[in-house]
Amino acid sequence: MRGALSDLFWRRPKFLLTLILAPPLLWLGIVYIGSLFALLAQSFFSIDEFSGLINREFTLKTYGDLLQAANLDIILRTVTMAALVTLASAVIAFPIAYYAARYARGRWKALFYLGVMLPLWSSYLVKIYAWKLILAKEGILTWLLAKLNLLWLLDAWLSLPIVGGNSLSVSFTGTFIVFVYVWLPFMILPVQAALERVPGNLVEASSDLGASPGQTFRNVLFPLALPGIVAGSIFTFSLTLGDYIIPQIIGTSRLFIGQAVYSQQGTAGNIPLAAAFTVVPIVIMGFYLWGAKRMGAFDAL
Amino acid sequence: MRSDRGQRAPLGLKIAAACGLLFLHLPILLIFVYAFTTEEKSFVWPPPGLTTQWFAVTWNRPDVWDALTLSVRVAAISTAIALVLGTLCAAAVSQTHFFGREAISLLVILPIALPGIITGIALRSAFSLADIPFSFWTIVLGHATFCVVVVYNNAVARFRRTSGSMIEASMDLGADGFQTFRHVVLPNIATALLAGGMLAFALSFDEVIVTTFTAGQQQTVPIWMLEELIRPRQRPVTNVVAMVVVLVTLLPILVAYYLTRDGDQIAGSGK
Repeated sequence: MRGALSDLFWRRPKFLLTLILAPPLLWLGIVYIGSLFALLAQSFFSIDEFSGLINREFTLKTYGDLLQAANLDIILRTVTMAALVTLASAVIAFPIAYYAARYARGRWKALFYLGVMLPLWSSYLVKIYAWKLILAKEGILTWLLAKLNLLWLLDAWLSLPIVGGNSLSVSFTGTFIVFVYVWLPFMILPVQAALERVPGNLVEASSDLGASPGQTFRNVLFPLALPGIVAGSIFTFSLTLGDYIIPQIIGTSRLFIGQAVYSQQGTAGNIPLAAAFTVVPIVIMGFYLWGAKRMGAFDAL
Repeated sequence: MRSDRGQRAPLGLKIAAACGLLFLHLPILLIFVYAFTTEEKSFVWPPPGLTTQWFAVTWNRPDVWDALTLSVRVAAISTAIALVLGTLCAAAVSQTHFFGREAISLLVILPIALPGIITGIALRSAFSLADIPFSFWTIVLGHATFCVVVVYNNAVARFRRTSGSMIEASMDLGADGFQTFRHVVLPNIATALLAGGMLAFALSFDEVIVTTFTAGQQQTVPIWMLEELIRPRQRPVTNVVAMVVVLVTLLPILVAYYLTRDGDQIAGSGK
């Protein structure tokens, strides 16, 4: 019986393949894709303003609500934050990735790898909590700046409109710092992978030919690292677009897309509008992934 | 020779890289100090005094134990499901060529490529449309879905390095498909699966966004922590739990790293 089955698999590889693929495809197809379609369908329903009940008739009314100024504001704020976080992550990630790819050898290389992997896999909430401890009014940063006699600098920054606030832990600056911190490892790894593939003698040739380090960076390293940066930016951008916990714990009362989704489906009970809100990051990421693929970023993943 | 100089890193780069790594690690180390502080109410730094009493207090809190047990159960079952689904997917994608292969690898990655809130609310709206009440299993359903990708990634990398000629040799020597799987394929991919399983466990243990949408009233450790962050009850207990969580997730990651580190020495690689 077992032999016969084994022979059947050997003679009919298609049959075996179907058998192998059926469980994962059924799971992901039904549970995941099915849910996504359920969500998409909900965004075309609308909510009855008087009864608060969901009207299960297809309409574009909810998308009309999405275009209200207050909601557009939320979308714009989130996208701006995602772009800034991505940019900052790329800047901080590059030296780490470059050092690890080009100079670290043996034990150091392993240390660098673990040095990036451990924060990446450490608990997300613990990391946010740690930053609450740092950024809070009575926290470490205030203490440190007081020791350095730089409190005036913090106060000046906090008095600025938009980025400032009562303390760093309730300001956009704080939100920004924590976003960068939490997603940074997602940027380092692909950039490092891209830089690993740059032959060392290319950099040497550039400097032998008289290029300054800055020129070598602009004309050799950066273009070759770009697919890696774009690959990393997929994570930093997408994760910022969807996150609602960081701005909730460290941030102001002005909402981000994720928070809007959460409050619409929870307290407001407006599931259609929540669903329409989630379509925004899906569409943005759709275009983003399409552009990234054209830039060859997927080969760097 | 100019090019000899290129072997040593410029000082500026060294400093920038070191600062970057410090930025990544100092906040986590901080948690360890706070777990011992005598300060109860606020985030005062430096700690006015050090004590171990909060470990005892935490040990005696039933809600902490409930959350921990639930998290471990969810992570264990989700990891088991992800191991089966991820390995099957990886085997199909790496060993054969068929129409739609790219689509399948995209399908596996999608649950973590799209923001977690989308996965979360999609599952929640599906549950509500299908009238499925929240339970242990609705949490597992979500977790297993995004854990598949970790197992898949580890397994696919190992499958690609494993030489097909070993499987053919096994068949030539008279082993049937099951024997070949048991004695040739499985030993080769075992450490990759263990590593993938460890990471899937860590991922599930830590997941908060999808869980908030699929959990109903139940609390996993991250949900418990989130609750404490928004409405703090006893801050030192949160500090201790945070430290324990760091230690609990550290272990699987280190094990996974050591298991996949020597990937070059897999039998049949380089053929």
